[in-house]
Amino acid sequence: MMRGKGYFFKWYVALFLVFLYAPAILLPVFAFNDSSIVSFPLKGFTTKWFEVLQSTEALHVAVRNSLMIAVTTAIFSTLFGVLAARASTRFAFPARRSIMGFIMLPMVLPEIIIGVSLLVVIIQLGFELSLFTIILGHILICTPFCIAILSSAFMNLDRSLEEASIDLGQTRWNTFWMVIFPLVMPGIVASLLIAFTISLDEFIIAFFLAGTEPTLPVYIWGQLRFPQKLPSLMALGTLLLVLSISLLLLADYFRRRGLKKTGIENSGGFL
Amino acid sequence: MTQPIIQLSGVDKFYGDFQALSQIDLDIRTGEFFSLLGPSGCGKTTLLRSIAGFETPSAGSLHIDGKSMDGVPANKRPTNMVFQSYAIFPHMSVAENVAYGLKARRLPKAEIQERVSEAISMVGLQGFDSRASHALSGGQRQRVALARALVLKPRVLLLDEPLSALDKKMREQMQSELRRLQRAVGITFVLVTHDQEEALTMSDRIAVMFDGKIAQVATPQMLYGKPSSRRVGNFIGMMNFLEAELLGTSGQTVEVDVQSLGRLTLPLSQAPGGVDGCQSVGIRPEMLTILAEGQTAEREIEAVVSEVFYYGDMTYYDVTLLQKDAPVTVTMRNTAGRKVLAAGDTARVGWSPVSLLLLR
Repeated sequence: MMRGKGYFFKWYVALFLVFLYAPAILLPVFAFNDSSIVSFPLKGFTTKWFEVLQSTEALHVAVRNSLMIAVTTAIFSTLFGVLAARASTRFAFPARRSIMGFIMLPMVLPEIIIGVSLLVVIIQLGFELSLFTIILGHILICTPFCIAILSSAFMNLDRSLEEASIDLGQTRWNTFWMVIFPLVMPGIVASLLIAFTISLDEFIIAFFLAGTEPTLPVYIWGQLRFPQKLPSLMALGTLLLVLSISLLLLADYFRRRGLKKTGIENSGGFL
Repeated sequence: MTQPIIQLSGVDKFYGDFQALSQIDLDIRTGEFFSLLGPSGCGKTTLLRSIAGFETPSAGSLHIDGKSMDGVPANKRPTNMVFQSYAIFPHMSVAENVAYGLKARRLPKAEIQERVSEAISMVGLQGFDSRASHALSGGQRQRVALARALVLKPRVLLLDEPLSALDKKMREQMQSELRRLQRAVGITFVLVTHDQEEALTMSDRIAVMFDGKIAQVATPQMLYGKPSSRRVGNFIGMMNFLEAELLGTSGQTVEVDVQSLGRLTLPLSQAPGGVDGCQSVGIRPEMLTILAEGQTAEREIEAVVSEVFYYGDMTYYDVTLLQKDAPVTVTMRNTAGRKVLAAGDTARVGWSPVSLLLLR
């Protein structure tokens, strides 16, 4: 019966959403709970766990490290992504398919393999482990995602737009900045955000390649040994949750604005 | 005769082993409306793009306005192009699109503004200046593309199948408008099209292309009336072909034995592509008449109607001539009092030797 089928799917979707989001909703609940033990029943409202965050110097360092790494990674992997996407969609060169395939490979390689092999290489080369080595690792894993996003942005670009610009007397350099760049802008924003997000919460590579300076995920992992730190980690998680959702909304706002500007039908997206 | 604006000589273009253009020799005259006509894949677009500077010929020379275009990039050539997709910059308004090329030339702001509004009103888009370009219809986009190219006052305007994306009504309107615009600005237009009707109605001269080669360059009337080969005659409009055997030439005439029609002596001017190797005569369907009762013609032949296609203003008949050839097509206007025949009817078909063409 049609009705029975519809019922089943409604419940399925509802359960799916609960399992997906319930754990995340627990974060803010316990972040404001006035008890050092993370369990029900709740004890009362407090903001003291956020104050703890404010006064933990080591956390601030980790956040600063992570932000620095994520921003640098986002910029460089997007830059490489733009170059690769442009080359692969616009020019024909020998072995294009296999080259692109190898570039995309880190997307499916287990991170632990990448982490271990990078560690071996870096030590063999005699580099000190530092934020710089983490950035190298993160660029390696983020670039394939950026290329995937940017390739579709570049592929949707009508090639005759570029030719029209040159035909009208513009140079290739200006054509890139005046025609191509504005039209792939939504793709670039999406690429920056994806790379930023991946880098920000990446743990395995950061764990292997971090010298004495931890990133945020590595710091959090380190704190999990102390049960009394758990509520403040919940507070930290709440902040990260708010930050991620804001970033997502921002990205979608830019994407919609880009679509509106170019008059392309809105077809999906994040939200 | 002034110097041709575009001169191509011995132009070849290879893509790997594939030869897209083969030994193209062509002069396009200053101020004319010139069309490159041919089926898809005949090389017409490649030729246009070579003139624009988007393709580099593998051999041969190209001169525009007397200057060699060897090594001159597209943005330095005195040509502008209207693309098949129009290639309107979607993130710019109508006025910004039109101003794009002027800004690239770093002209003073006041002059840009003046020329932009002049160009916009020339193509009939007054009041659309600040309209976002994605909010335009197909016809309007094309006008923007025209204005954007013409505002730069190029020596040559190149148009790549500009009407193919429009519906029939709009296409007919734009045809006459393009013609009017070309006369008004006096710029040489080079149009690429696969639509023979479009080429015939708009052009001063047409080059018909097949397989990367130019088959014939002529005015629309010459092309239709005196095609140089069977292939051209068949591509431009409809044409019936009857097998013919050459019996010999003498002076200005040639004697042939034509299937169904018999032995004829034709002047050499009715073999526009030369006599050698001709194996058929062609005749246009409208040059044949289905004779009404009592009507006579210079020559007559008995026929049986095999198929009737009724179009309202016209009727197309497939008729079998007295010797059972493949049927020939006869088109008749359905004028007052004229009876429309049915399949199986017998008919007398009138014709005249002057409308025969001896073709290879």
